[in-house]
Amino acid sequence: MSEPLLAVRDLHAWYGEGHALHGVNLDVLRGETVTLLGRNGVGKTTTLRAIMGLIRKRTGSVTFNGKDIIRLPLHRVAHQGIGFVPEERGIFATLTVDENLILPPVVAKGGMSVEEIFELFPNLKERRNSQGTKLSGGEQQMLAIARILRTGVEMLLLDEPTEGLAPVIVQRIGELLATLKKRGMTILLVEQNFRFAARIADRFYLMDHGKVVEGFAVGQLSAHTDKLHEVLGV
Amino acid sequence: MTMIFGIPVQAFLGQLLVGLINGSFYAMLSLGLAVIFGLLRIINFAHGALYMLGAFIGYLLLVHLGIGYWPALVLVPLAVGLFGIVVERLALSRLYRIDPLYGLLFTFGLALVIEGVFRFYYGVSGNPYAVPPLLAGGTNLGFMFLPNYRGWVVVASLIVCIGTWLLIEKTRLGSYLRAATENPELVQAFGVNVPLLLTLTYGLGAALAGLAGILAAPVYQVSPLMGSDLIIVVFAVVVVGGMGSILGAIVTGYMLGLAEGLTKVFYPEASNLVVFVIMAIVLLLRPAGLFGRDA
Amino acid sequence: MSEATLHAERAAASLRLERGLVVLAILALIAAPFFVYPIFVMKMLCFALFACAFNLLLGYTGLLSFGHAAFFGGAAYFCAYAVKAWGWPPEAAILLGTVGAAGMGLVVGFLAIRRQGIYFSMITLAMAQMFYFFCVQAPFTEGEDGIQGVARGHLFGVVDLSIAMNMYFFVLAVFLIGIFAIWRIVNSPFGMILRSIRENENRAISLGYSVDRYKLVAFVMSAALAGLAGALKAIVFQFATLTDVTWQMSGEVILMTLLGGIGTMVGPVVGAGLVVGLENTLATSGFPVTIATGLIFMICVLIFRRGIVGEIYARWLAPAAGGEGGKG
Repeated sequence: MSEPLLAVRDLHAWYGEGHALHGVNLDVLRGETVTLLGRNGVGKTTTLRAIMGLIRKRTGSVTFNGKDIIRLPLHRVAHQGIGFVPEERGIFATLTVDENLILPPVVAKGGMSVEEIFELFPNLKERRNSQGTKLSGGEQQMLAIARILRTGVEMLLLDEPTEGLAPVIVQRIGELLATLKKRGMTILLVEQNFRFAARIADRFYLMDHGKVVEGFAVGQLSAHTDKLHEVLGV
Repeated sequence: MTMIFGIPVQAFLGQLLVGLINGSFYAMLSLGLAVIFGLLRIINFAHGALYMLGAFIGYLLLVHLGIGYWPALVLVPLAVGLFGIVVERLALSRLYRIDPLYGLLFTFGLALVIEGVFRFYYGVSGNPYAVPPLLAGGTNLGFMFLPNYRGWVVVASLIVCIGTWLLIEKTRLGSYLRAATENPELVQAFGVNVPLLLTLTYGLGAALAGLAGILAAPVYQVSPLMGSDLIIVVFAVVVVGGMGSILGAIVTGYMLGLAEGLTKVFYPEASNLVVFVIMAIVLLLRPAGLFGRDA
Repeated sequence: MSEATLHAERAAASLRLERGLVVLAILALIAAPFFVYPIFVMKMLCFALFACAFNLLLGYTGLLSFGHAAFFGGAAYFCAYAVKAWGWPPEAAILLGTVGAAGMGLVVGFLAIRRQGIYFSMITLAMAQMFYFFCVQAPFTEGEDGIQGVARGHLFGVVDLSIAMNMYFFVLAVFLIGIFAIWRIVNSPFGMILRSIRENENRAISLGYSVDRYKLVAFVMSAALAGLAGALKAIVFQFATLTDVTWQMSGEVILMTLLGGIGTMVGPVVGAGLVVGLENTLATSGFPVTIATGLIFMICVLIFRRGIVGEIYARWLAPAAGGEGGKG
């Protein structure tokens, strides 16, 4: 169990000429839920995108399941067992809900079937033939997560799943992530909503200026309150 | 004799049929342009040259190998599609991350080379391609005489257009295409081989142009110049229809073909100009195009 | 600090070099007709002016017109017709051609700027093709033959242009005035705004510029100067034909600009010289010009997008060019 599922070492990334990540180090163990915290613009989203390979200009190492995935072409990364839910959710307007759901190819056994997903998300079933972007914000977020569950990935990269959603929906998403965790899903989460993250995460990494500056488990939360206040400004 | 607007009904319907035939080719070609543009963000100037290539390969198969129309209908799209795949792999794939204007300029150069090669070896005069025996002759519809081959072209182009539309709107591959048109990076992050998808899309577009070419061979003369004049009209069609919608490209193609046919009846001098005039009017009234949802 | 001084020194050096080269080039052009066929150099100059006019739009405003032949060839027709049918003197006929091209530019530009990017190019191409079909059918262009036997006449009623050297220095003067005009436009506040539109159209809009109006003015200027070149060519060669209004001609001027260097002052001149020279060479060799043109297009786009002059600037002259291509 000592071997982390995802290990990121000295990850640098650039947007054009802009140096966005300055040597990120982090580990996520199998079955863990880890949250990246930090103010806007410190590189949380960039970290997820760089792990996934959506930012091509990067150096360092990203090891998943013992395999260095940084040199893989973008479309091979998902097949290693990583699923990505982007901040803007990425629901396709020209696809129906059904088509959106089955778009990501199945990469491993053990994913949910469409029926199971519809059991979990009855709203989506009702609206399966409507245009993907006609769904409400909360439903779109559910769809964005649901379609990754079908693929059988071991790990989920989730970028701000609660952003702009009503409290009752945030509650639903929290329950959903708890369910996933129970099923053994490993989750790396970027979240601004600290109270939401505190409920579901096992560990936290605090980011500042394109680096991880602090890491602590949920039990050590109270010991780090001052530091969090200072860096997050909450 | 029956008259419509002071024109004999036979002549009127005859010109309308010519318009429908032209429209069939406009529709097939603008459809291919729209499919390629949607995913590759490249305006394929070589589309006319690929259409000419299709007609010429059909002609050469017949003359040199004795391979007739029906096998050619399969072989030609395969050959032109394969050519497209090679072009995409060797060249176009290097142009995706730069200004789309360079894609236009590259395919323009490619069109000049393809056309130049055939002009060099076969001159500019047209070569006739006989109508296949099965479709020779015509049918008297009572109100007009319909050459069988022309009827076939209309039917075949409808099949091609509807087939392509179904492929894109109703299949899983089509949903990849549509999604990649919206956000190629995310689709690739999901594990879809988008570079391969781009290659196949250009191949499909090229194959469609080739198929249009072999369909056109018995209607028009097979000549190195047959594509270059046509492609500019098709560009105007694409401006009118907007490339945001596959169905829009198809419908606009047929409509403008018919408009051209009607103009031939009433004011033949302007029949070359009418598509461009319509384009100008649409730009004035509805700058985004009839079906436009693009910027 | 020292790096900045170095840059400043290099910039000053490249400016001195540029000025020196311009003076040298003008001297060479004055001497040229005594060594080379004047008609050949005149052809080059007409096309060079055409390419510079086109580059005003592509290089400095970021608009790719695929229909500039309409202005070039259209002006040639207007000019040739005015001389032949109405007996106008050359300067008036050239002016008419220029104004006519500007008027056409206003119409085509007004339609084309309603769409952006690739659509803009397709619209200009389609409008130019429409003009081509018009020229094929309109009686005044005399169809396939074109307007032949246009008298060169007497410039301002005094200078006999049928004498080769007179004609040559008139062409050279018009060329230099045209290039100077483009240089002034590019380096004026107006030119700065055009460049900011090229760099980022939305930002220019948000800064409050009526971008469409600037684009249209740039389009009309470019069309007028292309017309000037076309009208001049009609006087030099004493005819105006369909060749000059074809889409191939629109493609040719793009090639000249691309080959020489988009967005450079000298590039289109160099490109025009090379393309005209190449065509003259190929004309006698039997190798098809279209294939050569097409191949150069493909090569330029794939590996040589800066063009010859752009490449020279980037490698040796421009102070800050090192940073751009360096990382890979």
